[in-house]
Amino acid sequence: MTGQGTIQSPRQGWSSPQGAAALAAPSPAGKRRAFDGRALLGFFLPVGIALLWEAAVHFGLAQGRLVPPPSRIAATLWALARTGELWTHASATLWRILAGFVIGAGAGIAVGALSGSSETLRRVLDPTLQALRAIPSIAWVPLFILWLGIFEASKVALIAVGVFFPVYLGIAGAILSVDRKLVEVGRVFRLSRAKLARRILLPAVLPEAVIALRSGLGLGFMFVVAAEFMGASEGLGYLLVDGQQMGKPDQILAAIIAFALLGKAADSLLVFGTRPLVRWQDVARERL
Amino acid sequence: MLNLSHLSKTYADGTRALTDINLSVRESEIVALIGGSGCGKTTLLRLIAGLDRASAGAIRLDGETIHEPHPAVGIVFQEPRLLPWLTVADNVAFGLDHLDRNERKARVAHALEKIGLAEHGTRWPRDLSGGQQQRVAIARAFVMHPKVLLLDEPFSALDAFTRASLHEHLLGLWEETRPTVVLVTHDVQEAVTLADRAIIMQPKPGRIFDELPLALARPRDRAALPFESAVRRVLAALDQSLNPVQASPQRERDREAAALWW
Ligand SMILES: Nc1ncnc2c1ncn2[C@@H]1O[C@H](COP(=O)(O)OP(=O)(O)O)[C@@H](O)[C@H]1O
Ligand SMILES: [Mg+2]
Repeated sequence: MTGQGTIQSPRQGWSSPQGAAALAAPSPAGKRRAFDGRALLGFFLPVGIALLWEAAVHFGLAQGRLVPPPSRIAATLWALARTGELWTHASATLWRILAGFVIGAGAGIAVGALSGSSETLRRVLDPTLQALRAIPSIAWVPLFILWLGIFEASKVALIAVGVFFPVYLGIAGAILSVDRKLVEVGRVFRLSRAKLARRILLPAVLPEAVIALRSGLGLGFMFVVAAEFMGASEGLGYLLVDGQQMGKPDQILAAIIAFALLGKAADSLLVFGTRPLVRWQDVARERL
Repeated sequence: MLNLSHLSKTYADGTRALTDINLSVRESEIVALIGGSGCGKTTLLRLIAGLDRASAGAIRLDGETIHEPHPAVGIVFQEPRLLPWLTVADNVAFGLDHLDRNERKARVAHALEKIGLAEHGTRWPRDLSGGQQQRVAIARAFVMHPKVLLLDEPFSALDAFTRASLHEHLLGLWEETRPTVVLVTHDVQEAVTLADRAIIMQPKPGRIFDELPLALARPRDRAALPFESAVRRVLAALDQSLNPVQASPQRERDREAAALWW
């Protein structure tokens, strides 16, 4: 899994404050910076390669059978979209991710909160969870199929497992790294435990919680592919498998592009939806 | 009245941060605790704030024993400790949950005006300078109308100009509700500017070495002779506390002469 520290060292990796600020919402909110022409440099390589390849196939220098030119991929994507097939597959995939994400993130938040806020519970829960985390999640697939059948339930379960761990680690680590000095402010004002949690702990962990949810969502997208590989009759993962079996690389690439766009859209939606919660961080980010 | 009797604090690692502290602070009195690092000044304030437990002795506020944070005791830490997710105004209002909306707003607005940040209520703490943040922290403590206000080197991180203006803001707020103030400081000028009494502390183990009244008229003029001689008396006492073995009669006479001087 990608770059999560263990909860013993919550400040490792990308949970550094700056990293947190940058990841919790990547683009500056509110005041937009003046457009920077240098950003366009990033397009230079992919667009250049695409144009070169298009030209090579067009002029007969290459066949483009295994690596179709951009125009053919676009045509395939368009055909899939027009017949409505693309939406059927995309919505099947999105639905699975949503279900798995809600279950996995919900459990990750709940268990992470327990483990982060009680020393005793942490000692009970964390070793087991760390051990389970060490198992490559795909290894659960046969068991999930035996338990839950080959249809939706086992797929959603696999995605939920994938989402659970980064969210659990992120939330527990965030709670452990809350500034003790701010908690003390809560004590001075004689907040009850519930109020301390609501008025100090919760806002303090939100930025890192958003990051945890984002990495959970990213893993959700990773695992939905695995889940759909294990046998599905619809879904973008099915389009991938189908494209391979039918020898249609353009369909595979079309599905990959659809994945990329949906993944980016879902991530942006999450960032956008949680932005009001971490708005106070904007200031810090603009100063970076 | 705030009363500390036979107060001691030994930390779990055996450090004797305070031994047998006896001190009474009158209502509305401003007392300055002076001493180098490690004298137990922070420890003393944390005990009065109810954030730590004393190993022995008692703290009483108007007869009531304090062993946990008390609603009538406020503290300003060395760092502002503002909550970064609340605006300046919401930070000041943090402890005013029990008031209704209008009253809360009025009190916050008044406090912000007193500290010269009336225009800054909607800004984020990170937008403020260190001195402004510390003012907000002071306002956050003052709006609670505490009977006792504890200040732990609140201005030590600031430059001399900022510090002088903060002294005025602090006295301005103090005038309104006249709380008892215990101020920890490294700065003798600051002590003489603000306090009615200077308590000089010594380390290892932390204890009170001496105390000097600073009964100068307010507002205090830093350029006036009484001010300067008070500063000198405090400095002399500090010297003695640092080097008690050399407390020769000569020094004693100097001190008396200085006392006569004003
Ligand atoms: N939590 C703690 N545990 C152990 N020793 C401590 C702790 N806090 C302070 N001390 C020690 O107690 C002594 C007094 O510390 P402190 O009250 O911070 O002094 P001051 O504020 O005057 O600099 C110091 O020797 C310090 O190292
Ligand atoms: Mg200190």
